This record gives sequence, structure tokens and C-alpha cells, in this order.
Amino acid sequence: MTLTRRDFLSTLGGGVVVLCVVEAADAQESGRRARGGDAHPQEISAWLHIGEDGIVTAFTGKVEVGQNIRTSLSQAVAEELRTPVAGIRMVMGDTDLTPYDMGTFGSRTTPTMAPQLRKAAAAAREALIDLAASKWGVDRKAVQVEDGRIVAVGRSAGLGELTGGKQLVHKIGADVTLAPAAEWKIAAHSVAKVNGRDMVTGKHRFPSDVKRDGMLHGKVLRPVAFGARLANLDDAAAKQIPGVTVVREGEFAGVAAPDAATSERALAALKAEWKTEEGQPSDSQLFAYLKANAEAAEDRQAQGSIEQGMADADRKLSGTYTVAYIAHTPLEPRAAVAEWNADKLTVWTGTQRPFGVREELAAAFGIPQERVHVLMPDMGSGYGGKHSGECAIEAARLAKAAGKPVKLVWTRQEEFTWGYVRPAGVIEIASGVKKDGRMTAWEFHNYNSGPSGSQITYDIPHHRIQFHPSKSPLHQGSYRGLAATANHFARENHMDEIAQALHLDPVEFRLKNLKDERQRAVLAAAAEKFGWGKQKPAEGRGFGVAIGFEKGSYLATCAEVAMEGGKPKIVRVVQSFECGAVVNPDHLRNQVEGAIIMAIGGALFEQIRFENGRMLNPRLSQYRVPRFADVPVIETVLVDRKDLPSAGAGETPIVGLAPAVANAIFQATGKRPRSLPMAV
Amino acid sequence: MPRVIELNVNGVARPVNAGPERSLLSVLRDELDLTGAKYGCGEGQCGACTVLLEGEAVRSCITPLSRAAGKHITTIEGLEQNGRLHPLQETFLETGAMQCGYCTPGMIMSGVSLLAKSANPNDGEIVHGMQGNICRCGTYPRIVAAVRMAALRQKTAGRTA
Repeated sequence: MTLTRRDFLSTLGGGVVVLCVVEAADAQESGRRARGGDAHPQEISAWLHIGEDGIVTAFTGKVEVGQNIRTSLSQAVAEELRTPVAGIRMVMGDTDLTPYDMGTFGSRTTPTMAPQLRKAAAAAREALIDLAASKWGVDRKAVQVEDGRIVAVGRSAGLGELTGGKQLVHKIGADVTLAPAAEWKIAAHSVAKVNGRDMVTGKHRFPSDVKRDGMLHGKVLRPVAFGARLANLDDAAAKQIPGVTVVREGEFAGVAAPDAATSERALAALKAEWKTEEGQPSDSQLFAYLKANAEAAEDRQAQGSIEQGMADADRKLSGTYTVAYIAHTPLEPRAAVAEWNADKLTVWTGTQRPFGVREELAAAFGIPQERVHVLMPDMGSGYGGKHSGECAIEAARLAKAAGKPVKLVWTRQEEFTWGYVRPAGVIEIASGVKKDGRMTAWEFHNYNSGPSGSQITYDIPHHRIQFHPSKSPLHQGSYRGLAATANHFARENHMDEIAQALHLDPVEFRLKNLKDERQRAVLAAAAEKFGWGKQKPAEGRGFGVAIGFEKGSYLATCAEVAMEGGKPKIVRVVQSFECGAVVNPDHLRNQVEGAIIMAIGGALFEQIRFENGRMLNPRLSQYRVPRFADVPVIETVLVDRKDLPSAGAGETPIVGLAPAVANAIFQATGKRPRSLPMAV
Repeated sequence: MPRVIELNVNGVARPVNAGPERSLLSVLRDELDLTGAKYGCGEGQCGACTVLLEGEAVRSCITPLSRAAGKHITTIEGLEQNGRLHPLQETFLETGAMQCGYCTPGMIMSGVSLLAKSANPNDGEIVHGMQGNICRCGTYPRIVAAVRMAALRQKTAGRTA
């Protein structure tokens, strides 16, 4: 099923090879598979090779999607190998060259993959020291690795110079000691993006930039609505166009032609009749539909008795909150180039799960996975939206029929319509609180949007948190942070309502119900930087605060909003973030700032509109995403905890903005927004 | 019907065999293998396809070849001169003004066009001038900083775009 280690070793020349193999049950939810129970143990493996030319190559199945993990993983290797980052080459997400990996999602690369690469690098360093000590006839304590060289008194050698044509293979497990974060010299620093120069010069080849000899350009015929069946296809006119191949396999129909303009012409020449499924739900009925189709609930967190908690309360509140479907809108849409050579299929494609896509391709064509090679060049982002392989399969179908490589790049409209969206949802909360602000009861129900981030860090003696899966009218899946944005929006919005009802300061009220020290620390850090409590907002403005915890990271967000012509304008955001030991401060700030800006879209204006199986706004001219003028002043406070393991940071910084803004809007207007987006 | 049209791309005459209605973006990418300009939306809304026509930013996805013929076209590949990056390319690197990098070529070309028109733009003018370019990763504040820094550098170096 995976590339065998023997195959791997035979592809490498002499030098030192370290295979770090760790069996781990990683049952993290990936959104799409949350209900599939796909939790079988998987290796979290990393391989490292130091060639005789001194080139260090690290192999991982993880992929670069803009989270700058290629850089931070290079730092992890460089740190333990005591070698400059420039001397490290990362081979990522290539199913023929890298160890199996489940996928790049759930903010798992930093906590799970970085330690494996660090262990491999540390083991390689120790092996080189042993080798030098024995070759030079000195005590190993007298040998060190410094700045990419092995050195002892009066002796020095490059990393690759000592193996003498042999391949020395070390297999290691989890029991390798690593340098503590407090001693990091390369990690913990702001190393620039390793392939940044290729980005600013246009040299980097994204998946949609891949070109092969004799390559054709594909187009796929899309149904007129969700669930529509292809009743009849007249392809005579399309086939008349020189160079055009038309493919029809069941419900699939597409064309391939020597250039994109001809393939567009051929697609337009296909005359299709569709049998549509009428009476599908529309966005206006969405929330009632999700409630009506809810399945049995799953307890996510429960303690005590809600009845008791409510009986203990002086005040009881309840609220219903909704979130719309939104689209990831990665600037690079789904893209794939597929090529068949004899019986082997090679596909370059933008995906967060190259091994998953390999599995999908093997299943689609009924061939063993060994005959499918998926390569994932660093892509134009994903945000959780590129887990699936439909574009890769379509390109491979066209390539197979045409007998030539085919490139397929989804149009923006296809990306909106035929990808998947962030789940919409309904959240209901009932709470009880003492007059002095101590919480007694918390009952929380999420319908359809998901359970992530619904857990509480507040100390509430009686609580029950449930997730109710439902039937989604639209194809839905993972989105950066999963449902944590929706659940934080509802929870922190409701907490603010309680504070207001009791005339308590929202920060004081939260602290009163928080024992978790990490949560308290980020709240204090954000409040201080924001100047919380120091002044009142100007007329027509409001301040809001929210806190959060998800995927091992803590945050607190303070926002200032100004109402302009009845619409909220976010003026200033202060966000503190703590994810254990910081690996790359500048890239972490970049992630936090970027997540805040992305969050503005879902908070204020992003919303997929649909009616009877059809998307109503599948274009960037109709679906508004944040632009330059939407950006507030953003101040980031990083709380660096060198005593704690590093957690991932690509997702959780997105969850605090919406509730902080909602609470600021309430302060400015006296009206509480309970639906995302808030400014439509 | 396709016919040979001569384009002047990055100072080089490039004959292409394509119809005048073809988009400049598809010809640059597919015929000339200049893939720095990206497809993002196909309707001039995202700026990923931005190139310069006579020094001015245009959305190449909605620019027909007929409009580009006979004009000086500059793409991201043509900014580097004799191994030296344009100041805005340098400042993008220095400020870390990217995450995935897909919007970067279009951002830089829009920025170069802006700096050519306004040598010393303030933040409001930068925001206004760059409003047509989307970065989904949300690196806007860093891009504004990169443009500001490049303006300063051009002023001190006396070099214009």
C-alpha cells in the first residue's frame, strides 16, 4: 500500500538515512470523515537523508498550503542537525517519495510531524558524531556538529564526507531526546519563507501551472442543478471540432482539446438534456430544515445535572444562533494534470491529502495504489477546502480517453458550486447564573455545523454540550477551524449577553468563571494591550471581547467596531494567541493576522445563497470576500510558552473575531447579532 | 480563425498563433509558458492575473489579445533585471507579505503600476490602489507595508519602476 522502505532506500545513494517510524492512533476529526469512523492507526513517519554531497533531504507526506510549514519543518531539521536552513531540502506530499501521511489538516503538522523530523535529524547528528569519532580515533564527546560541519580539535568534515560510499541506515522510534524549546537556536526564530523568492518572481509552479509535453486542456460538463441527471447528450457538433476528444461515461461528460479556448468551444457545443430534481430546499428555509432533519445527539461534554444548575440560578437566559454556509474560495481553484504511462497514472494536483487522493484515484480506475503517483506542488491555499480528489479523477478520466496528458483547472464558478462548503448550523444555548456572576448551568446544542470548539474552558458545575448531525442541502466539509468559529460565535456572544444582563464587565465576568490558567493568561494579555476598561467607546462605536480554546491553542480577541451608515466597520482588533512554544514568531504572526482577516468575511458578509439545487452567487463579483479596505488595525500578542509543546496555529486564530465583533456591535447599537454573517 | 499576432512581452517579440479574442492570460500561460500570472476568477475581480500594458496594470483574464498586440507587456517574469529584483519584490520578501503566494505576482504587478503613478503613496492611497486584488490568506497589512517600503526605497535610490 505504501512505498516500501526498501524501494525508498534504493532510490537514494550513499550517506546517512534515518527512518523515524511511529505508530500512532490519530483520530483527529477531518470534518468530511467525522462520521465515517476512519480512525485506524496510521504511521506518522518521517525520513531523512544526508547525501555524500552534504545535501540534507527530509521526506514528509505533509504539504505546503500557505501555512509556511515547509519553512518551519526545515527549521526543525536544521535545529537538531545544527545546520543552516538553506542546507535543508524538503520533499513533501509526493506519494512515490514520501512516507504515508493521512493529510495536512487539523493543525497536526507542528505537534506531530515536526517532532518526528526533529528526532530523525537528532539521530542523524548522533550517527555522524559516532562515525567521526571512530574514523578520527577520538572520543565522541570531543566531536560536535556546528553550522553544518562535523568538527573536533584540528579536524573538520562536511556532513556527507564520512560515509565513504556506504549507505548507513538507522531506524528509530519515538524515544529520541530533543533539545528543549528554551535552547532552540534556529527554531523559535523568524526564518523567512524558504521558497519566497520563487513566489515573488513567478517561478514557482503551482498545481495549475504544471505543463507536460503534448498536454491537452480539459473541461467537464456540469449539471444544471444539484442532483440533476444527464438524460441525453448530443456531442456531434463538439466532435466536429478538430483535435477535440469527447468523453461520456455514465453521468460524466467532458472534453479535451489542444488549447483551453478550443476545449471551451467544445464544451459549449455539447447539447445536454438534464432531468432535474425539483423542490430542493433553499437558503430561506435552511435553519428550519436543519432542525427538522436532526439526528440523535452525541454528548461532547457533560457534567452534573442541567435541572440542578437551573434550579441554582438567579437568572436564566437562552438564545438561538445561526451560521450560513460559506465557501473557502482558495485563490487557486482545484486543478490537476493527469498523465497515463502504460499502466501507471501520475497526477499533479492541489490537495491537502495526496495519499487520500491516490486512494480515490485507485478506486475510481480499479487499479492498485502502487500504480498511482500523486504529486502536490505547494498550492494556492486550501483552508480545509481541498481534501478531496474529484478534479484529479476528472483529469485522469479525460487523459485516459484522450491518450494524452490533460490539465483541468476548475473555473471559479465550478469551485464555488462543485467543491464543498463550510457547514451551516443552528446553535441553541440555555444558561443559568448567580446574581454575583457565577455560572451554574450551560446547555449547548449544535445542529449540523459540527462539534469542534464547543467544549468550555469555563468552570460551570452543570453543563451538557451536544452535537446533532443533520441532513445538509449542500455538499459540506472541512473549513479552517471546522465548527469552532460557529461554536465560539454562539458561546462568547451568549456569555456577553449574560454579562450585560448582570451589569458586569465582560472581562471580569469571564475571569470569575475561569480557572484555566492558560485561558486566563491570554485574556489578560489581550485586555491589557487593548486597554480594556480604560475608556468608553465613542458615540456609534463599541468594544467587544471573546475568548477561545481549540486544538491545543488558546486565544482572546478584543475588537472595536464603528457603525457607518448602519453597517459595522471593524476598526481595531487585538488578539492574543498561545500555542505552546513558538516555532517561527513572524510566520505565527502572519497566520494570526491572516486568520483574523479571513474571519472578517464569515463574520460580516460571506454567505452562499442557493435555491432549489442551484447556487445563486457563485462568482467573486457576487460573493464578497475581505479586501484591503476591510482590514482593521490588527495587533497581535504572542504568548510564548517554551515549557509547553508546540501546537498548530493555522486554524484556531480564526475563531475569536466573529464573537468579539458581535459583542462590539451590541455595545454600539444595543442590538445583538445572532446570525453569521452579521452585516447583510 | 487563429492567425499570428506579435506580442511584445518583457522586451521580447513573441509571435503567437491565436485568435484576437483569446484572453491575454491564456496566451501568456498556455502558449508562452509564462505562468506567473494566475487564473483566479475569470472576471477581473481578484487581480491574480494582473500584468502591465504600457506600464499600467490590467486584468489579463479579461484583456483580449487584440488589445495587447503592439503594446509593451510586462509580466512578473520580466521584473527582475540582470539578477536584481525590483524593489517591490525585495520588500515583499522582507515583510513576509505572502502565505501561499498565489496572489503574489498579481499583487506585485498592481503595486508596481501604483508606484509608477504615485511615487509616494500614503496607506489610504495604497489600499485604494490595491483594492482590486484579493489575498485570501489575508496578508493585506504586510502588502501595504511592502508597497510603502518600496516607495521609500525607490525615492532614495532614484529608480523608477
